[in-house]
Amino acid sequence: MGYVAVRGGGLAIEESLKLLEYQRARSGVTLEPDTIRRAFPDAIDQVMGESSLYAPDLAALALKQARGSIEEAVFLLRAFRSTLERPYVSCTVDTSKMRVDRRISAAFKDIPGGQVLGATRDYSHRLIDFDFARETPEAQRERAAELAQHFGVEESVFDGKASPEVAEAGGLYPKVLDYLRAEGILPTCENDDTEPVDVTMGALEFPCARSARLQTLSRGMTQAVEAFGYAAIRGYGPSHPTVGELRHGMAEVCVDVPGVEACDAEDAYYLGSIPLTEVESVFEVETEEAGVTTLSFEIGYGLVMGGAETKAIAMSVLDHCLDLGDARYPTQDEEFVLYHVDGVEAQGFISHLKLPHYVTFQSKLDTVRTARSHEGDAGCAANDAACAEAGAERAAAEALVDEKER
Amino acid sequence: MEQMYNFAFFDEASKREIRRAIFKGIAIPGYQVPFASREMPIGRGWGTGGLQVTLAIIGADDVLKVIDQGCDESVNAVNIKKLVAATTDVEVTEDTGEATIIQSRHRIPEQPLTEDQILVLQVPTPEPLRDFEPSEAKTRVLHAEADYTGAWLGLFDQIVKFGSTTTGADHPCLVNGRYVMAPSPIPRFDTLKLNDSDNLTILGAGREKKIYAVPPHTRVEPLDFEDYPFRVESFEGRACRLCGATDVYLDEFVDEATGKTVYQCNDTAWCAKRRAEKGGE
Repeated sequence: MGYVAVRGGGLAIEESLKLLEYQRARSGVTLEPDTIRRAFPDAIDQVMGESSLYAPDLAALALKQARGSIEEAVFLLRAFRSTLERPYVSCTVDTSKMRVDRRISAAFKDIPGGQVLGATRDYSHRLIDFDFARETPEAQRERAAELAQHFGVEESVFDGKASPEVAEAGGLYPKVLDYLRAEGILPTCENDDTEPVDVTMGALEFPCARSARLQTLSRGMTQAVEAFGYAAIRGYGPSHPTVGELRHGMAEVCVDVPGVEACDAEDAYYLGSIPLTEVESVFEVETEEAGVTTLSFEIGYGLVMGGAETKAIAMSVLDHCLDLGDARYPTQDEEFVLYHVDGVEAQGFISHLKLPHYVTFQSKLDTVRTARSHEGDAGCAANDAACAEAGAERAAAEALVDEKER
Repeated sequence: MEQMYNFAFFDEASKREIRRAIFKGIAIPGYQVPFASREMPIGRGWGTGGLQVTLAIIGADDVLKVIDQGCDESVNAVNIKKLVAATTDVEVTEDTGEATIIQSRHRIPEQPLTEDQILVLQVPTPEPLRDFEPSEAKTRVLHAEADYTGAWLGLFDQIVKFGSTTTGADHPCLVNGRYVMAPSPIPRFDTLKLNDSDNLTILGAGREKKIYAVPPHTRVEPLDFEDYPFRVESFEGRACRLCGATDVYLDEFVDEATGKTVYQCNDTAWCAKRRAEKGGE
């Protein structure tokens, strides 16, 4: 009787966990979390970004425990995050002071400070490099030394952590959009110094504060944000942006000296720097000025942890979509977008379908049988032949239901 | 591993916040109170709402029972019980009468609960109007204005199409004459147990970030029409093959040996107790 096999669950769970552990242990390889952190910085970025927690060592440990599943590692880190007290709130992070190692603009060829391509796969050929299969640690070190010499930098092994030296390595660049504002092409906007909402400290409320929207998108499941963003620029929410600026670099995080709330850069404690990718996209929109329809620009904003550039661009698209809020397009419906981009929630609710549902199914069975018996009553009076046919169908359907239960 | 975490997993501030939401829920029966639902170490959608409620109210002297679909031994019940026990060291039980907190997914125990017990129900979809209106902003307005046309029309539509209402589990109820509430996917058979009960019932929806409650001795009326009264699942002429019970919710399955459909108490603790009592006689 497979249907009741879920009983005796305690023992079954213990054995299942042992089997899982056996599968992990018999792989015959032990990876140090430190190795994972250095070898897979992009995976670490994604786990930290979706978890809303900058913790490279823990992210590496979570990835190890999750055997490489990003979804599972995010789940682990988020659950850990739930247990942390939050004694401080950081000073506002000013991205114009970001130490930038890459910044591009698709809007202007000549931007103040120039385009900095930095390290990117954008123009790489996606050909599997079979040499990597045979790369030895010695060969890798030689390669690093050779490239360090090429770039005229002191050779050093990067441990995947944001040290002050790494943070200092990038340059300071003016923001491209400030240039456009100075040109009068973009409207200037006031800083919104409203205390931001923290969506991890309360349920989402609609209409949603912009800070709640941005935070939800930033910690959203990378692929979900990208899929919705793609839908928006492809046709479900006509929104085709020009990337005004995409910048990647290290941003300082400081907290106030206790008792002082001025966030004075001189006095505040420097905690460290975190890697961020920021995108400001420009959208052409129709507006009305003095009764005349004209064209102007609006901005969408994206900011994510690490180097998740596609996600950051998609976020900027969705930010703008949600500003427009045209109910015809799902990508402009804030409940549709914000409720469904969360990876842990999507994973949880979909996977709960694996739980037994036999009480609810029994209830459904009762409902379906009752409804079918009503149909039978009506049908018999009207047409005997149809009734016989319906009866046969009903018997077949019930047999099928019985079959499913087994 | 567990000693890395505080008593009952959460930090005290989190527990306090959840308790505030519970108090508000008790003060406004049937009203869905939004709360800062935390990510839990079990799947979101696997009972994290109920689990957060349990962890927020549990004390060292409590005795915990966890059931899933009527069964203490079901995998998810065991898993939740294990987590709470590991982080609190409270006593656990399968005996409904012994428990002070009963966390359940989709069933209310057959044994009537007392004023000293709290029932915590896990809720997947707390919004009874969700089928009718997908937008949360709009359903909140509908609740505020007590506009339950959608819920009534849904039932009316079912009667027109199928000759009876076709809600399975989770039949919407009017609580204290004010709020329409999703009682969680308990079968209709259990819905009536919520009315004028001696115990407090707290409902927690983790993924949807809502807590609501039915205080003791509160009116809970399933939505129905005079000419199409609320109907519970029928087990007429059927009895548990193990303990012979007839007035309980039954599981239906096929005996592989004989190919016949047989019935058994869904509430395994109730069934076991009845059999133990019979054996003792």
